[in-house]
Amino acid sequence: MKLGFLVDLNLCMGCKGCEVACKVENDVPLSSWRLRVKYIDIGTFPDTSRSFTPLRCNHCENAPCERICPVSALHYLENGIVNVDSERCIGCAGCMMACPYGAIYMDPETNTADKCTYCAHRIESGMMPACVVVCPVEANIFGDVEDDHSHISQYIMAHQGGVQVRKPEKHTDPKHYYVGGGTYTLDPLAHQRLEGHNLFNNITHLKHNGDPHHGVLDRFLAPFTSHGTHDNKSFMNFDNTHEQEGGH
Amino acid sequence: MNKREVTKMVEHTINATHAVVTLDVALPGIIWGWMITLNMWAKSIGTGVVFVAAYLFFRHRKEAMPNLRWAMPVISFVALNVFLLFTLVDLHQPYRMINIFLHPHWTSAITVGAWMASLFTLLITILMVIGLADQFTEYFKRGCRVAPVKSLMSFAGKNSGTYEKILPFVVFLAVPVTAYTAIIMAESSARELWQAPTEVMQMIWAALMAGSAALIMVSGSWSQEARKDLALILSIAVFFSFAMYMGEYFFSFKSAEAEATLAYVHAGGEYNVEFWFGMVLGFIAPFFLATSTMKNDNVTLLRFAAILALVGLYLAKDVWLKIPQMLPLS
Repeated sequence: MKLGFLVDLNLCMGCKGCEVACKVENDVPLSSWRLRVKYIDIGTFPDTSRSFTPLRCNHCENAPCERICPVSALHYLENGIVNVDSERCIGCAGCMMACPYGAIYMDPETNTADKCTYCAHRIESGMMPACVVVCPVEANIFGDVEDDHSHISQYIMAHQGGVQVRKPEKHTDPKHYYVGGGTYTLDPLAHQRLEGHNLFNNITHLKHNGDPHHGVLDRFLAPFTSHGTHDNKSFMNFDNTHEQEGGH
Repeated sequence: MNKREVTKMVEHTINATHAVVTLDVALPGIIWGWMITLNMWAKSIGTGVVFVAAYLFFRHRKEAMPNLRWAMPVISFVALNVFLLFTLVDLHQPYRMINIFLHPHWTSAITVGAWMASLFTLLITILMVIGLADQFTEYFKRGCRVAPVKSLMSFAGKNSGTYEKILPFVVFLAVPVTAYTAIIMAESSARELWQAPTEVMQMIWAALMAGSAALIMVSGSWSQEARKDLALILSIAVFFSFAMYMGEYFFSFKSAEAEATLAYVHAGGEYNVEFWFGMVLGFIAPFFLATSTMKNDNVTLLRFAAILALVGLYLAKDVWLKIPQMLPLS
């Protein structure tokens, strides 16, 4: 069994229902995302269109994050899911350096790496991932890509030639496919990232990596002090007047 | 049209797609920052002094470098502990570092490197203890009042010959300990700029550069010939390291991502300034200063060149570490 995902970008309408469902199901902290939907506008007025691209972990068969993890916190499950054991993670961020898709984040509450697990806990109970259940247009298709009769396999076969993966040149063998996409949506270098692309503010880059309340010394003291409740406001306490770093 | 656009298929360029991100989340900034730079810089010193000292031991009589036998392991020990400290401090869960030893994952260069660096530090510690015991015999016999230290030094002094037996293994182990960071970078497949075989050689040159610079600082009492060798090693190391940086900086056609990273730096900004500041200060200036001292043996000027090389190396490593992290991956 090899579980995989396929997103039909022709169907996706950018409602972000999957993004919200993922947040709720997995209790993903503020300023972190396991799944996000990126809006890209293409063309020049009046000949323009808008595309919506859900982005999540690709659960690669040849996962660079699994290879670089020094303690096997990132590991394969029998069904092909690349799972993460946050109890073992040492927070070296090697996986964040290795993942070509930027799918891994440093959880600001646990100070450990985390990512989409295809809702492994739900799969174990025979349920579908939260993002699949919530999608109003069934753009998210999930199943066993090794089973010729599964919905996802049938979908892939029906769209032969039109199925793409992100960054195939990385030889990661992703188990996350797209139908209806193009280079302009799947290649981050084929679209511009202008200042102010966020809907409610101009934050383009996070200032923190991990817990913004805990400095280096606090990381050592954390086991001996009570870890207070997180103030959500402080996660958003950024200078949002201009782009901080990057600029591509 | 910039270089990055030339090397991509024309239909994939921003000019052709006119694609603009209009809504997305904030992306992570720099993840591996100055602590990792310091970590790599300190490791270059820690292993570099071993390479350079081994060459000097082979080339010259010990009397020509009276303090080298104990100063080399002391410098290496201090640098390696800075390296290990910042490796630990950079972890978000520092106490779980023990998992690398309890649950090692051998495909990871981080794991292999941590084991090798730990063994290397242990061997360097033994060299340091023997070196100090031999050098300061009288002090540890009569002046030292801490009994365990006194007995340890006495034991080390009696096993002085172990130093020469261990040294070849230490030199041999210094090679993978120097190079494994390049393997970590190669495994960091999201950062195309680091995906180059040249990174291994860059690490070796950096170690020779940092090692010779560090030993220059303690070479005041050495013979002129030995110091001349140090100046020569420094000159050669900065020359080839500079040449490799220039090759990477101007002629890196590895991938669209690597070129996009470099195009961003070429366009100006703080990393452009830091890079060129590092190149001039740490590579070009020390090359001319070090070569000029080879004739007239100006110790002060050579030390100045060594300090510049160490500062410049830090700046160059810092830029190379940070810039690929600024590229959006998705």
